[in-house]
Amino acid sequence: MDWVNAIVQGTLLGGLYALFAAGLSLIFGVMRLVNIAHGDLIVLGAYLGLTVVMATGLHPLLALVFVVPTMAAIGYVLQRGILNKTLGDDILPPLLVTFGLSVILQNLFLEGYTADPQKMNAGVLETASVSVGGLSLGVLPLLTFAIAVAVIAGLQFIFYRTPLGRSFRAVSDNQEIAQLMGLNKRHIFGLAMALALAVTAIAGILLGIRTSFDPTAGGARLIYGFEAVIIGGLGNLWGTLIGGVILGVAQTVGAKIDPGWQLLAGHIAFLVVLAIRPNGLFPRVSG
Amino acid sequence: MSNQTHSISRTSQAARVAGVLGALVLMVLIAAPWWAGRADMRLMGELFLYLALASLWNLMAGYAGLVSVGQQAYVGFGGYMLFALTIFGGLHPLYAIAGAGVLGALIAIPVATLIFRLRGAYFAIGTWVIAEVFRLSFAQISALGGGSGSSLPVGIVRSLASSRSGRESLAYWMALGAAVTAITVVYLLLRSRRGLALTAIRDNELAAGSLGIDIWRTKFVVYVVASGLTAMLGALIFLQKLRISPDAAFSVNDWTAFVIFIVVIGGIGTIEGPIIGTLIFFALRETLADLGTTYLIVLGIVAIVVMLKAPKGVWGFIVERYDMQLFPLRYRVKLNDQAKR
Repeated sequence: MDWVNAIVQGTLLGGLYALFAAGLSLIFGVMRLVNIAHGDLIVLGAYLGLTVVMATGLHPLLALVFVVPTMAAIGYVLQRGILNKTLGDDILPPLLVTFGLSVILQNLFLEGYTADPQKMNAGVLETASVSVGGLSLGVLPLLTFAIAVAVIAGLQFIFYRTPLGRSFRAVSDNQEIAQLMGLNKRHIFGLAMALALAVTAIAGILLGIRTSFDPTAGGARLIYGFEAVIIGGLGNLWGTLIGGVILGVAQTVGAKIDPGWQLLAGHIAFLVVLAIRPNGLFPRVSG
Repeated sequence: MSNQTHSISRTSQAARVAGVLGALVLMVLIAAPWWAGRADMRLMGELFLYLALASLWNLMAGYAGLVSVGQQAYVGFGGYMLFALTIFGGLHPLYAIAGAGVLGALIAIPVATLIFRLRGAYFAIGTWVIAEVFRLSFAQISALGGGSGSSLPVGIVRSLASSRSGRESLAYWMALGAAVTAITVVYLLLRSRRGLALTAIRDNELAAGSLGIDIWRTKFVVYVVASGLTAMLGALIFLQKLRISPDAAFSVNDWTAFVIFIVVIGGIGTIEGPIIGTLIFFALRETLADLGTTYLIVLGIVAIVVMLKAPKGVWGFIVERYDMQLFPLRYRVKLNDQAKR
């Protein structure tokens, strides 16, 4: 039963990792940009949530109403102001610019919020649980997983069923021809980053409710998200969810064997997938 | 009309002058223990180690297109190997440094075969995962102090040289030697046949491949050589620090972020770039370090602005302005007097 419990908890944890990964996957899919600062942007979402909660006394989940639009606006401005200038055949500029951004963000957090770990208080939601078939499941992890599924279904819908999604797919397939058809790729990229950071905001708030975070927490979140994307296969959003789940299960099962092995087991699962199936389990586009 | 209207040469006046000046500066630097103070020597030693790290990272990113944000894996690995080989293997620290280099290159082989499956930017994050795996693994080894780390026993430190000033001079010379070695290895590698292949890959990977260059193999050699040397540097760094812990050994800020900033600001894809970048970085650090976090924010902004406005860095700007190279790598065609007439 302990093992079943570990697997179920890991699956629910995977929902959070899929949320870390969804924004990364979306940006890569639309403009082939790998954002090294993605993890720090997740943490930015958490700090913004904390600021709203402290200023207004709102429940952290209600803070989403403020944080999601703010992050989307930051995403649009960031893309049009800086990141669009780095896109091209050379992979160095986007990598190094987002790396610089990551260092800047971390030090801004340090300046603004000190190095102390912070956490958002979500009241009874943090400890509430339901028992299902002898297992005790936390309401927060269940909610996180449900939100992850809903976000990915929503992104999938936007991508394949709306005019915006059609523009995303068009610039993703061929930027020049999309421009000829009257799309402004700079604007589309801005919207894609806005959408990605809106998802990142949700991930950040849920992270901030679940665990404590500090200015340097971003690196690990980037790595988890990245691993989920690669395990699931590039360009496949549902695959990313499965990738997150595999990562989460590997971590909880690893922790069950030896607490020191929790993080290591997740990384090893990733390396094993990379060794056996270098394109991930369910690839859709080639990198 | 004669066919002999042009000649091809590799060297130039600037390179010859730079060579002579470089040799003079090197001699002055070797003599530093007789003219520099203790604090200055420490600072210069650190500068040389960063110069070596930057030159190796530049070889990977600037020439082979291997943008790694995980070279701290090898810095930390080398540091830990120094501790393991001296404490448990009973080796003299100097042999342990060489051993760390060999082991670093050996472990880079399976790592490379695995992460070379990731392309471009994903390769970068893959290298970071490897560094995390190394950090978490060494944190599990209780014989090396686990998560809290361990110190180098006094006896091992004494075995280097009996007096304190002797040890400090030795550490300084080793750091200087490391920087000279790293730059020499990069220079000789780039002048060789493989270097020509690397330069071709840097300029256009697709075209290089279609000319018959084995891209995978060339990158593989660069990765393994750079990683082995980085592990040696790691051993040297922690021989000076005398204390190691997983967080310090595998710090992404100390061993990768600073190195990337140095190379980007100085000029990526040139040998001169890391040298200029290191000087600028230390000048900034010595003047702005009191500002703490602001200093790192400024450094990040400078790096972003350089990448957007002058992607070839300070040295690229100088080259464009004065068409100069201090390390003769390129061949130039010179027209003879007859042709000019």
